[in-house]
This record gives sequence, C-alpha cells and structure tokens, in this order.
Amino acid sequence: MVPITTFHYLVVAAALFVLGVIGVLTRRNVVIVLMSIELILNAVSLNLVAFSRMWGNLHGQVFAIFIVVDAAAEAAVGLGILIAFFRNKETINIDEIDLLKW
Amino acid sequence: MLNQFMSYLGSNVTPGGANNQLWALIYVLIIFAGVSVAVMAMNWFERKALAHFQIRLGPMRVGPHGLLQPIADALKLMLKEDIIPQEADQFVFWIAPVIGLLAAFTVYTVIPFGPSQAVSDMNIGILFMLGVSSLGVLGIVVAGWASNSHYPLIGALRSSAQMVSYEIAMGLAVVSAILMTSFNASGTGTLSMIGIVRSQQQQGIWFIFKFFPLGLVAFVNFVVAMIAETNRAPFDMAEAESELTAGYHTEYSGLRWSLFMLSEYAAMIAVSSIAVTLWLGGWLRPFPNLLHAPGWDFVFSLFPGLTFLGLAAIAFIGVARMPAHFSFKIQRIGLAAFAAMLGFIALLLLLIAIAGRSSSSDASIAARFREGIDYVYWFVLKVALFMYLFIWLRATWPRYRFDQLMRIGWKVLLPITLGVLVLTAIVGVIVS
Amino acid sequence: MIPLFIWALDSPLQHPAGIAAFLISVVAPVNGEMAPVATPFFFYLLSGLAVAGGFFVVTRHNPVHCALALIVTLIAVAHLYLMLYAPFVAGVQIIVYAGGIMVLFLFVIMLVNIERASKDRRFNRIWPVGLAAACALMGLFVSAFVKGRGLFPDRMIKLPEASNTQEIATALYGEAGRMGQYTFAFEIASLLLLVAILGAVIMTKKRI
Repeated sequence: MVPITTFHYLVVAAALFVLGVIGVLTRRNVVIVLMSIELILNAVSLNLVAFSRMWGNLHGQVFAIFIVVDAAAEAAVGLGILIAFFRNKETINIDEIDLLKW
Repeated sequence: MLNQFMSYLGSNVTPGGANNQLWALIYVLIIFAGVSVAVMAMNWFERKALAHFQIRLGPMRVGPHGLLQPIADALKLMLKEDIIPQEADQFVFWIAPVIGLLAAFTVYTVIPFGPSQAVSDMNIGILFMLGVSSLGVLGIVVAGWASNSHYPLIGALRSSAQMVSYEIAMGLAVVSAILMTSFNASGTGTLSMIGIVRSQQQQGIWFIFKFFPLGLVAFVNFVVAMIAETNRAPFDMAEAESELTAGYHTEYSGLRWSLFMLSEYAAMIAVSSIAVTLWLGGWLRPFPNLLHAPGWDFVFSLFPGLTFLGLAAIAFIGVARMPAHFSFKIQRIGLAAFAAMLGFIALLLLLIAIAGRSSSSDASIAARFREGIDYVYWFVLKVALFMYLFIWLRATWPRYRFDQLMRIGWKVLLPITLGVLVLTAIVGVIVS
Repeated sequence: MIPLFIWALDSPLQHPAGIAAFLISVVAPVNGEMAPVATPFFFYLLSGLAVAGGFFVVTRHNPVHCALALIVTLIAVAHLYLMLYAPFVAGVQIIVYAGGIMVLFLFVIMLVNIERASKDRRFNRIWPVGLAAACALMGLFVSAFVKGRGLFPDRMIKLPEASNTQEIATALYGEAGRMGQYTFAFEIASLLLLVAILGAVIMTKKRI
C-alpha cells in the first residue's frame, strides 16, 4: 500500500473545502450556510495541522487552536444575528433576506 | 495468536501501550460486562436505599429482598411495545439513545483501575474524558427534538443548557487538579489518568488533602458539577416526573428507554471514576507511602476478602430473620444460596491474599494477581461510595428550580472554581 | 535491529482513534510483528467518513440531519488530527467544536424551526452560478495539486507525542521571544471571545 503522505491529507482538506463552498453558495437555509462555513474552517485547520507535521514544528497546531477559538466566536455572533433577524422577519430563507434596511 | 495472548500476561503496561489488540478487546468486554452488572446492581441499590431513607422497605417480593427486581425490570422493558410517534423523525429518534450510550461508554477506555489495568493510557486522558462526556449532551438535545412533542423539547433544552453550563465548572475544577500534578521535581504535570494517580503516589498525598482546603474546595466543586452534569437530584429538574412528565425521554418506551437509563447510570459511574482518580488517589490504598511495610501490605490486602465476608454475614442474618413460614421457603433458600456465593467469593479472595503476600517471591503469579485484585478493589470501593452519595443526595434534598440551578452554575460555582485555580497556582509557586 | 524497527513504526493503539474504531469494529488481523497495517486503513476510513459527512451537510433537507452529519465530520477530523500526532488539537476540537458549537447550532435550529423550512426547496435561486464557481475552485485545486506535487518534501516527521501538550503550552504561555511566540495572540484571542460574548448577548436581548 502506498504510504500516507502530507499530500493525502491536503486532498481530503481540499475536498472538504469544496463541499463547504458548495454549501455556502447554493443552500437556502441560513443555518446550513453557517454550518458549511464551519466545514470550510475545519478544512483549513486540517491543512495547517498536516503541514505542521510535515515541517516538524508546532506552528500549524497552535494556529489550528486559534482557528477553533475563532470559529466558536463567529458561530456565536452569526447565530445571534440570525436569531435577531428571525425575530423581525420570521424567515430563514436566504432568498428573502435581501434588504440592508427595511 | 496464542503467543500474543500469553506475551501480554507478564507485562506491566496497558494493552494500548503494549499494542496488543487482543487484550484490549478482552479488557473492553470485561468493562462492558462489569458496567452492565454495576448498572443493574445500582438500580437495585437505589430503590432499596431510597426506600430505607423513607422508612419503607422497597422491593421485597421478586427475589429475596428484591434482589431479582432489576432482572424482572430488564425483562419487562425488553418485552414492551416499541412505540414511535408518527410525526417523529425516525432516524434521529433511533440514533439519539445510541449517541448517549456511545458517549457514556467510550469514557471507560481511559479509566485506570490499576497502574496497568486500563484499556489504553493516553497522554491526553483527561481531555479525552471531558470531550467525550460533552458529546452526551448531543444525545439529549437530539432525543428531545426527535420526539416532536412539547414536554420532551422543553426538557431537552433545559437539560442540555444545564449540562453545558456545569461542564465549564467541571473543566476548571479538573484543571486545578491537573495543576497539582505539576508540583513535583521536574515541574511538568501530566494529563494522563495513570500519570495523575502516580503523581499522587509520588507526592505522598491525595489531592483532596493537598493545600488544605484548596483541594477539598475543588473536589466539592467537581462533585456538585458532576451531579448537575448527570442530571441527578437535586439538579434533576429536566427529567422530574412531577414537573415535566419525564422530560426528554417521555416518548421513548421499552428498550429505548432502558438505553437512556443505562447511559445515565454509566455516565454517573464514569464521572465518579474521574473524581476518584483525580482527587481520591485512584487505585491507591489508604496510606500507601506512610505504612509501607509488608505487614501493612498484608493487612490491607485482606480487605477485599473481609468485605465480601461482611456482605455474606449480612445476607446470612437476613436469612435468619426471615419469618419461618412455609411460604417463605423459596426465598430463604435463594437468599442462603446468595449468601453462600458471597462467602465463597470471600474465601477465594482471602486465599489469594494469603497466597500472594509479598514476603514470598514478588514476581509470582499469585502476588501479581493479588496486587491486581487489590487495585481494582480499592478503586471500586471508592466509586461505590460515590454511588451511595448520589443516592443519599437524591433521598435527602429537594430539587432546584431551573433558574436557581442556572444561577448556581454560572454565578456561584464558576467564580469559586476560578478562585480555587488561581489560589492553587499561587500557593504552589510559593511553596515550591 | 528489531527494537529499531519497532521504535520507528506507528503504534496504532496509542492513538485513541485506534481505540474508538476498535470499539465499533472487529479485531484487526494479528500477525506476528507490529507492522503499521492499520494506518492506511484508518486514514481512508476517517477521511471517507469526513467527506461523506460533508456531503450530507450540503445535501439534506432537514437541518438537524445536517447538524448530525457535521458532528460526524468534526469527530472524523479530530481522529485525523490524532493520526497527525496532534492530540491536544484533537481534544480541543472535540470539546469545543463537537461538544459546544454543535450544541449551539442545534439550539438555534430548534428555536428557528419553521415547519415549512424542511419541506421547502433545498437550493437557492442562483444555485447554477454557485455550482459553477465551486467547480472552478475545484479545477483550481486540481491544477495546483497536479503541478505542485513535487514542490514540498514528501516526508512525514514523527512528532513527539508525549510532550505535545507541554510544547503547545510553552508556545502559548511562555515568555515572549524564542519560546512563547503566541502569548500576545493568546491574549488577543481572549479579548476576541469577550467581544463575541458581549455581541451575542446584545443582539439576542429583546430590550437592551
């Protein structure tokens, strides 16, 4: 069997990234768009940790920890915005969320 | 395969460390069987103890003193009709108890019953346990949503909000215990469970007594957080029968409900094992460093046998106290057989203790066996004390209202735990 | 020779991934030596799970199913971190991401759950444009990988696993300079979390 190298991990990360981008650009439900953004962030973290192992230092892993922290903050704020919006407009359909001010 | 089987028997590392899959599988099966038996015993013990707290007798009919009651309950639950609400999401309804069960049982891979009696000793053992027990929240949330009904949804949201709030206090209390492992010669602590107990042994003090009263306050914080984390009284608002018609598992019947019950009790045992490992010295017997002579070793190694002898004696007294009426004949015989079985186990343990005393050659099989049994015995005894504490609290205290519960979690427990952490760090730096 | 051989190999059971997969799968074939036969197996299993989870996130009607699929992806990625000798990042991923953020997502899904949302159409008005953009991105990735495969060294250094947490702690909390390169970033991250907490609370309060 071919040994598993960094390249294999990069391919997996790229696949997750593309799936996340498809989710962000094509789904109608805002919550699922936010979940696809989390998928993108995970793909980037996987990429970083794979490179961290390739070079043999810890910078990638520390960066991945910061990405997790950042994703938590962003998910909280994004979902807060969604709830505030839902209270006003009663919809979570991206096609109907199209006004900056109403 | 046979030499893989035999090659592990002489080693003193965990099967994970020895890379031995067969023994890891055997340990996993033993743990699974042991936890299932423990859950059934816990079920019986809870009903009897609650009853005696309330000055009544509890189950007395099914077996002698209700000993076969859990088996009858399990049979009943298995034979009940499996009702799924029509509008419920079938797949999610099915998978919710499975998530809870997986989260509760996966924790057992790192619990150390002895210095090499764990399935695998990971260097991030504590982090793994915290993470996996936080996955149990997902099972509850999903169960409440999948039932497609008001009471389960409210119960699930309340229960998961409570669990997430108390996870923070639990994690911080764990951090202050981990901090105490680093007050040794090399200055680095460890996150592995076996390493934590070894550092208690090396520092010569159980962490509950270290920097008195800081260890004790951290321990009490963890105990309160762990009771809230497992949704037990007095924090069981989310599943209280009188308030919420059984909360998130209202719509579950029969075997599915028994999976929830199994995961709740397994989580209780798992989280008390964490408390025992972190603060109460894990598998260490009392005074392992102070009373180190082989004579003291022998005295303490008699404890398992004597405990079972005491239990057998209590069972025999129960036989003697039964009314001498012909309708009690089968129960007397049953209880006498149970007492005889306990006495036989006691005799076996005493024989092992005598055969394996450390004055004979240390590497002999009997000595190893005796040591293994002693480690497991002290660990299980401490966890059993915690189980009794859970039942005692359920019988004694009224339950908290939900807003009071959240107030305690965020406004009382979290600042105290943070304060203990900072004080432990300051005292540790000053002392060393 | 044999101790060197054994030292240089992966030991799959030290990885909690091995244990977890072990709990739900059959015993791996035991041969006489400790060869790393399990590592490609676990890699393909975990990456297959991650990509399958990602696929279900993007294509299910029901948001709760998408959330469950995302949890599967997150846990699979955590196991991949374990295979990459990053146990601390794996632990943080499971505790924060799978145990915290996904619970938050499930709460919000239940709060904004409209009945017609799960029977509505899945994809929005401009989905062909989105799909074309994603395909362009995939083409970019493929060309980058094909062209750049020989650029970076193909080795996989075996990082020390036992001291991983200590080294990350030194990087995050150590003195500024050679050792603690990320102390300032750590403080800024805590400030970021404070701002996020305040923002979330203010936005969801009914009356400020």
